[in-house]
Amino acid sequence: MEILQNLQLGFSIALSPWTLMLAVAGCFIGTIVGALPGLGPSNGVAIMIPLTFSLSLDATSSLVLLTSIYYGAMYGGRISSILLNIPGDEPAMMTTLDGYPMAKAGRAADALVISGVASFVGALIATIGLAILAPALSRIAFEFGPGEYFALYLLAFCTLGGVASNNQAKAAFASCLGIAIAMVGLDPNSGTPRLTGGNLHLYDGIDFLVAIVGLFAVSEVFFFIESKGKSGATNVKVGKVRVPWRDIFEVRWVMLRSSILGFICGVLPGAGASLGSFMTYITEKGIAGEKGCFGTGVPKGVAAPEAGNNAAAGGALVPMLTLGVPGSGTTAVLLAVLVTLNVTPGPMLFVEEKEVVWGLIASLLIANFVLLAMNVPMVKVFVKILEVPPAALMPTVTMISMVGIFSLTGSYFDLILVVAFGVLGYVLRKMDIPTVPVILGILLGGKMEKSLRDAMVLSDGSAWGLIYTRPSDPTDLSMIASSLLVAAVLGFIAPMFLRRILRKPQRVAD
Amino acid sequence: MRVSDRIFGAIVILGSFIYVMAARGISKPFFADPLGPQAFPIGVGIVAAICGLVMVFSPDEEPNWPEMRSFLSILGSTILLITYAYVLKPMGFLVPTAIASAVISYQITPAPIRAVIYGLIISFGLFVLFKFALGLSLFAFPRDFFG
Repeated sequence: MEILQNLQLGFSIALSPWTLMLAVAGCFIGTIVGALPGLGPSNGVAIMIPLTFSLSLDATSSLVLLTSIYYGAMYGGRISSILLNIPGDEPAMMTTLDGYPMAKAGRAADALVISGVASFVGALIATIGLAILAPALSRIAFEFGPGEYFALYLLAFCTLGGVASNNQAKAAFASCLGIAIAMVGLDPNSGTPRLTGGNLHLYDGIDFLVAIVGLFAVSEVFFFIESKGKSGATNVKVGKVRVPWRDIFEVRWVMLRSSILGFICGVLPGAGASLGSFMTYITEKGIAGEKGCFGTGVPKGVAAPEAGNNAAAGGALVPMLTLGVPGSGTTAVLLAVLVTLNVTPGPMLFVEEKEVVWGLIASLLIANFVLLAMNVPMVKVFVKILEVPPAALMPTVTMISMVGIFSLTGSYFDLILVVAFGVLGYVLRKMDIPTVPVILGILLGGKMEKSLRDAMVLSDGSAWGLIYTRPSDPTDLSMIASSLLVAAVLGFIAPMFLRRILRKPQRVAD
Repeated sequence: MRVSDRIFGAIVILGSFIYVMAARGISKPFFADPLGPQAFPIGVGIVAAICGLVMVFSPDEEPNWPEMRSFLSILGSTILLITYAYVLKPMGFLVPTAIASAVISYQITPAPIRAVIYGLIISFGLFVLFKFALGLSLFAFPRDFFG
């Protein structure tokens, strides 16, 4: 019963007044950030990072705070999806399909409660799954050598494209762009400057926080400038919030199935949260069939993606913590936080930094109950947030982003980079090129190259070293590395064929 | 017409070419590992170029580019933010932040008086937040202003 001991350790940390306060504060801030139109989990957490660092918290505290914000934003995201038809980020898109029609039909309060409960079920199951699966997976991860890691990174980049974009070439380009940016700076193996153009500011490489804030937050501001904030107006009224017991009872199996499916999708490195909400919605739509009336505003269509979405968010923490490979945009942001805090994710985390991991898991369990309380009885408080005019919100987001980065690095050059990444993000999103692979590339590019080069050192420069990873016995084929490589190739090719069958549902037009 | 993807693909190919050339120019250290510092960036550049080729030959639907006025607004905001990056240190926090927030607010909803009010509130509010709640060393005004 090692897990109970570990959980006990976790709760002893999570229930300390300071950590508990951070978790509650994180839930509250996260729900607000998620509810704000145009801010979702990834850009919300992105602009919170500099603020968190300036509080100079230790690793456990900042991780608890930021993951509570992450969970909170996943809950809060449904508020703007349902009431405004504006998803905060890619995974929340599926909730708009039935949530918004339901709200227009005068059942906004019901939709909010059902989705709140579904979020709770999804997140709770995923957190329990995380507590069980992560330690087991971390034991397998001890087997990983550089060859296996290289295959794993490749798998992450290949599968990410399948869901993040409608065009594999564009998704692959996004990954390449990120990896290419990660190459800038001093070569860690030999110390030679690479691709800096002689600019001394670039010798340290490009800080991924700069890229994240630019690509996620500043580019959003440009979108608001383009649309003149027109999308911000709400004409949906939320009536008295009552708990629709019958609907909740009716969707109980939908919530359970979607939570499990969502969790599995979330665990896949790279694919993550978008796949979770997409797969659950499509699956439930298929099970319900024509009679299910999906897309017209049915409770099942709200419960399925929301449970799947939140379960995937928890599932995405599994590969992030055990292998250092994030499963979604937001977990990529959290990985950036970990690295900046000098916590190296990977199997050793579960041995050496037990209190960080288990403190986090226990805090997430607590955060779930706090979030259920905030998001069902108190949901009207957060609905008020939608009335913040974009003309006040967006300048605030810009300035927090800029000053936050300035406070971290104190360099005007990084501010210019933030703006440059903002413009880049705007162009990429216009061109339907996903930005999450760019972030992942910047975060993992260096490690991917290092694992490749280390594998080559072990095999004396033979490419077979990638699958025959044991130099002592060169005939011993590594099952892990070779199956990961096969999965990577399949994961990249399969969506090209499946895309014709599984077409992404388009957004509901007003 | 589908020109956007073709043009973008061409830019990607050109960029990848420059990138590969730059990667080839990385100086080789004395004691290199078998792969060396050049191979991986070159490989990434080649894959990117292939992606560019695909975009040129099988382009997607045209995206909704903004009309001229929105485009100019975005360009204006970009220049504004770059200027902000340069003046933040020498000019102090309050004045540049107020101006930048007011202009961005005006770009989103053209209501001049409200934009100015938002600008002042954001600038002052964030100064209090950053300086006193988070304890960052920010200067409200140019430093040599008050000696």
